[in-house]
Amino acid sequence: MDSYRVKAGPEGYLPPAAACVGICLPERGHALLEGELVPEERALEEIARRLLAAGNPVFFPGPLILWDWKEGVAEKARALQVLAREVRAKIIPMPDYRPKYPMINPAVEINPNHPNLTIWHNHIDVCVFIGVHCHYANVALKIIRGGTDCYTIAICGEVGHEDAMISLRDAGLRTLERLTAMVREMKRKAGDVG
Amino acid sequence: MTKQIFRIAPGFEEIMPEEYRELVTDGPYDRSVGVADLGTFKELLEEHPLCAGCGLALSLRLFLASLPAPADTVVVGSTGCSAIAFPQVGLHNIHGLFGNQNAIASGLKRALKLRFPDRPKDVVVVAGDGATADIGLEMVMHSWFRAENIATVMLDNEAYANTGGQESGMSPRGAVLNMAPTGKKFEKVAMPEIARESGCAYVAVTSPANARRFEKAIRRAILVARDVGPTYVQVFCPCPTNFKFRPDETLGVIRKREKEGVFQYREYITPEAQQYLAASEGEKR
Ligand SMILES: Cc1ncc(C[n+]2csc(CCOP(=O)(O)OP(=O)(O)O)c2C)c(N)n1
Repeated sequence: MDSYRVKAGPEGYLPPAAACVGICLPERGHALLEGELVPEERALEEIARRLLAAGNPVFFPGPLILWDWKEGVAEKARALQVLAREVRAKIIPMPDYRPKYPMINPAVEINPNHPNLTIWHNHIDVCVFIGVHCHYANVALKIIRGGTDCYTIAICGEVGHEDAMISLRDAGLRTLERLTAMVREMKRKAGDVG
Repeated sequence: MTKQIFRIAPGFEEIMPEEYRELVTDGPYDRSVGVADLGTFKELLEEHPLCAGCGLALSLRLFLASLPAPADTVVVGSTGCSAIAFPQVGLHNIHGLFGNQNAIASGLKRALKLRFPDRPKDVVVVAGDGATADIGLEMVMHSWFRAENIATVMLDNEAYANTGGQESGMSPRGAVLNMAPTGKKFEKVAMPEIARESGCAYVAVTSPANARRFEKAIRRAILVARDVGPTYVQVFCPCPTNFKFRPDETLGVIRKREKEGVFQYREYITPEAQQYLAASEGEKR
């Protein structure tokens, strides 16, 4: 049980919730990397690396960042858009959690209640969850791990998500800016080498 | 909630699905629109999976256009056909268990009064006839006895439509349904009278065949519930699927029943509610 690692799937129908197989949420200043506790810096590096190496990275922003509902959100939304441009990620919003009959259009939005569609026929190799309320993020992350080989990243403003392959906690505007700076630096270095 | 927090974060306008953008720019929030304005604003019901010609779907559409303050309204629903449409509705809504909708609404209204003492929040129950007059009747009546400030709207399609056609207390005597082959043996439950005797300050029986009357009943019920006491609106919205008439005959079925005198528009208003409405409707003019 203590050897369980949160790796890219497909793990099959109904993978266990990572919390039920011994994965604990990180303490402040730390993050989760495939189920292991690591310093936040290490996780940020890995996120930057994964995003740059991805063939089709997609950001899934949730209601907490899509809607300009309180002070500070607009700045965070802008910082996220800068990061997305820097790693050439597509953005597919999750504006709502309610199921939609008869179906949703997976090219336009994602929804945790339409699990077969949430991840666009498995054409997404790395995805980022941000601004999605905890319980819905957990459900969706677990479904993705169960049914696809997508690498999942959660940039969480609260205490993190065991069910993502990489999860930050307490992530705010500064975290996004640090991540973007790291991505730029990696791109610069890669340019130097190449 | 006001339109102030119903804004898309800058830069995300383009990636938002169209219906959300339209709700923000053309929705009824913070605007005074009614059924006469249908077609000029983004309606709160986007699409719905209900049957062709569904009287309940039409009623829901009119109901949503009749809300006096959609941004400050929470609908409490119950299992049944209307619940299937609610995921497509751009409004706060809570789905109760089958029958406990008025209990949920009572608690919610009390909590909202504490949380927003200076801003009226309208709590409106919208449920089927089975949920209201049969399985939830005890909780419906006790919310009236306790004089909770909630409006209860029954979408009376005279059957348990969502589960394939069982008879409900509101089915008319003699009704034969898919799962009630021998015909109903007793009359419709006298819900308007029960509501009046149980302490409702405003009671109306209406239908979507008369949009103006419908709107007036919903608005009055919500306003009276806000400041006077519990209210009840019974909406006759026949079901083509279970009563086996053509989808384009729904309004005709209502008018025929009206002509036969079986269905009647009715309104009961307590003197206190009367006074209140005279003041608030006078104010509007
Ligand atoms: C506690 C409980 N009992 C029974 C059901 C099954 N059920 C689902 S919908 C429904 C009928 C609803 O009838 P009504 O309230 O008249 O609404 P309509 O579908 O006609 O709009 C029933 C019995 C349930 N969901 N929960």
